[in-house]
Amino acid sequence: MATLNILILVCLGYVVLLFGVAFAADRMAAAGRGRWLRSPVIYTLSLSIYCTAWTFYGAVGNAARSGLEFVTIYLGPTLVMVSWWWGLRKLVRVGRSQRVTSIADLLSSRYGKSNTLAVCVTILAVLGGTPYIALQLQSITLSFSIFAEADTSGLYREGSSVFWVAAGLAMFAILFGTRNLDANERHHGVVTAIALESVVKLFALLAVGIFVVWGVAGGMGPMMDRIDASEIGQWNVDAGRWTTFIFLSAAAFVCLPRMFQVMIVENDDEGHLRTAAWAFPLYLLLMSLFVVPIAVVGLDLLPEGSNPDLFVLTVPLSQGNDWLAMLSFIGGFSSATSMVIVTAMALSTMVSNHVVMPIWLSTQEGSGSISGDVRNIVLMARRVSIAVIMALGYFYYSLSGGGTALSSIGLIAFAGISQILPALVGGLFWRGATRTGALVGLSVGFVLWIYTLLLPGMGAAWMPASILESGPFGLGWLRPQALFGIEGIDPMVHTVMWSLSLNTVAFCVTSLLSFPSPLERLQGAQFVNVFDHSAAPRGWTGSVAQSEDLMIMTQRILGAGPAQEFFQAEAEQQGGRSRLPEPTPGFLNRLERELSGSVGAATAHAMIGQIVGGSSVSVEDLLAVADESAQLLEYSSQLEVKSAELSRTARKLREANTKLTQVSEQKDSFLSQVSHELRTPMTSIRAFSEIMRDTRGLSGTEQTRYAAIIHDEALRLTRLLDDLLDLSVLESGQVSLNVGDDSLRSVLDRAVSSALAGTDEKLAVRRSRASERIPLHTDLDRLGQVFINLISNARKYCESPEPVLTISAHDVGGRLVIDFTDNGSGIPPEAQSMVFEKFARVGGDKAGGAGLGLAICREIMQRLGGEISYLPGQGGAAFRVSLPLAYQQAAQ
Amino acid sequence: MSRKVLLIEDEPNIAEAIRFLLTREGWQVQTHGDGADALQVIRAANPDLVILDVMLPGKSGMDILRDLREQDGMQSLPVLMLTARGQSRDREMAENAGVSRFMTKPFSNAEVLTAVRDLHAQATRL
Repeated sequence: MATLNILILVCLGYVVLLFGVAFAADRMAAAGRGRWLRSPVIYTLSLSIYCTAWTFYGAVGNAARSGLEFVTIYLGPTLVMVSWWWGLRKLVRVGRSQRVTSIADLLSSRYGKSNTLAVCVTILAVLGGTPYIALQLQSITLSFSIFAEADTSGLYREGSSVFWVAAGLAMFAILFGTRNLDANERHHGVVTAIALESVVKLFALLAVGIFVVWGVAGGMGPMMDRIDASEIGQWNVDAGRWTTFIFLSAAAFVCLPRMFQVMIVENDDEGHLRTAAWAFPLYLLLMSLFVVPIAVVGLDLLPEGSNPDLFVLTVPLSQGNDWLAMLSFIGGFSSATSMVIVTAMALSTMVSNHVVMPIWLSTQEGSGSISGDVRNIVLMARRVSIAVIMALGYFYYSLSGGGTALSSIGLIAFAGISQILPALVGGLFWRGATRTGALVGLSVGFVLWIYTLLLPGMGAAWMPASILESGPFGLGWLRPQALFGIEGIDPMVHTVMWSLSLNTVAFCVTSLLSFPSPLERLQGAQFVNVFDHSAAPRGWTGSVAQSEDLMIMTQRILGAGPAQEFFQAEAEQQGGRSRLPEPTPGFLNRLERELSGSVGAATAHAMIGQIVGGSSVSVEDLLAVADESAQLLEYSSQLEVKSAELSRTARKLREANTKLTQVSEQKDSFLSQVSHELRTPMTSIRAFSEIMRDTRGLSGTEQTRYAAIIHDEALRLTRLLDDLLDLSVLESGQVSLNVGDDSLRSVLDRAVSSALAGTDEKLAVRRSRASERIPLHTDLDRLGQVFINLISNARKYCESPEPVLTISAHDVGGRLVIDFTDNGSGIPPEAQSMVFEKFARVGGDKAGGAGLGLAICREIMQRLGGEISYLPGQGGAAFRVSLPLAYQQAAQ
Repeated sequence: MSRKVLLIEDEPNIAEAIRFLLTREGWQVQTHGDGADALQVIRAANPDLVILDVMLPGKSGMDILRDLREQDGMQSLPVLMLTARGQSRDREMAENAGVSRFMTKPFSNAEVLTAVRDLHAQATRL
């Protein structure tokens, strides 16, 4: 007989082995090696945590008690895998595209990120999971006790062993489930260890089965005879129970938090489901193969009253095959540990994400930014959650005393967790499903499950017999096991029927009656049409892409102009390295405030979260939400648009009017100026011609003088008309340039002689003729006109007693620059800006110019591609003419 | 009796023509070509009549007239205003500013002489 010491040593050794495997797998995954870690085989094997100690031990017990009914627990998942694997694929796709971390997260996400729903699911999962964990602890303890009965060392004390088992499992789950916060929540180490455990438990069960068939019964033939002789071999199918159990196990297979963890969260590749679709049923088939033979042989061999749940252990022991018993023990141990570890991990994720973190975050509100140590807090929350969940399991076991049969605890848990099914399936396939519907349905199912199954099963302390018999307050139709007066149904069938059907009806009716929020609509579309949205799982988007998405969304909500302004201002505030701002927390806060003015705070928050949170909701979907809310506001926004359009039009009209007024005023002022310039010489001409006509006895000198005045003024009129025509041609842009080639020197030569011709004034022109050997390629006459004008101005206005005009030419940065500087007093600063305006006769009109010369020069230089400007602070009046150099012009 | 006219006109040729005409009529003609100090010149010259151009360098004839009318003893000084701009608005402005007679350039010599005679006659009758 194997001693307890050896057993404990083997257990410890096995756990150490699991640690080693998990650790190595984590290391390999981290190093990017070990592709086999992500193989469909590992995936399929990890799914077999479905087979817990309940299946390992309890199936045989179930078979011994109720015959072939145990098969239903295998048939449910098999049916799901074979006929509904496309549904699972949708779940996997949704889970990946939404970066779902648990089934609570999935439902919360589907129904508009509702944390209330997540909390409900979490509570349900914990309530359903706690007895289930207790069940595993019980199985380990029971199996220990089998060996302990034969052990005389007195080492074994049941209570403490359960405690240490629970503590050890908690440690394992903490060590490998919460080592880091993987973005994908994948735990290669744990999954690999679980896959190993799956192999071990299958191997152990097969070994016991083979031993029983060939070692005890003496081969297939005699075995079949034995089965035929036993009453459990008879096909005694209770249609109601079978249908219920198959359905229940199928529902639980999809809804159980630990199944969700391995099937959806830990899934690396959708394609693995194809393999699992046939390999997992095969695994279940192998697991169930020897259940009946072991049960039959156990019933035959062992004395009346032996616990059939432990036949897997006691049959080999009774035959003296200690090592096989030991192997069988390890198989059961494997089943229990893997289930507990994964369940603890899955539940702790839910508890920490949906219960602990929201509470912690709400206490942190207002205390400024949430920094990187959130990671540590999340990890700590998960670790504590695992410990608490294991403690719950331990206390449940201690309180219930482990009296109930294994399989009934399992079924109670199944029925509880199955209440998630309507909301889950509805959320996947029905866009109309709403958060309220999910909450109501879930609550109805949950309450019915507690009332009709959980409490009655927990004994009289929780559910007095009077209520069971005559209903609460004497209301017979409310009897927990005969609702609405329908009696005579198996309690389990009764519960499943009522809770799930009422759950579904409540879910559907409430969904139809309630109105989904925009985010729910969006998420609904995301889930139902997941295959349209995500061709392949998306990773994190880059920050710039995020900013772009934010920009697109903001434009849709605020309008293109304001959105661009806002983003530009933000980008500039950030230093303006790029066109778009980095999505910093500050920027996101301001953007959220900006958006919440339009779409409400919640939606704005959710929308930004959608984009920045990295979930793969496409921008189109966000836009759809924006459009949807826009439709609701359509009428008012249309009015707003209309009124905005009206005020825009009014503003434009005002602007146009102002412009027209300005133009008209400018025109008036120009006409008035022209009138003055024309009338002034005409006045002189008329006055002197009348004097000469009407005055007798004018002296000869007088006559000559007055005739000269008339002549001068007539010339002045002609000049003015010439200038006006010239200016109007230049301004209209209809001037045709007569481009030629010459050197600057000769153009200046001609201009100087032309400007000084016929005058006796003494203006000296200083030039550096050597520096003027610059080839010009331009309209030489027009340029000459500018030069003449400048030289004439110097001649007319330079009031120095010895007037000197210095003309110098340079090449400044590829442009020819010619400065005309005289030694007069220059133009007063307040008039400098005016000199190029029409009729701006700054220097008085001693020379009788109309004040159009410099305006014409400016126009000419513009046409020649150059410019003319006044150079302040040069002593005298200084003008600078610049134009592109000839060789550069030729190159153009 | 010496009649004195002050001619404020920046165009030398026009000033010369008017001087010629009025000198022959027996006026003593003083000319000034700048607007900025025109008021002081008027006070200093103390003329019987002022002929005032509108577009003057330094200060416009309109402003000079307006300021003149605000000074003591200058309300009834005859002022003949000449403008080359020829806009009806100018006539209104001049009348509001207190002009005695308003004429648009180019004028006929006879018109100027008539205006000067009329203004002087009115002034002496008072």
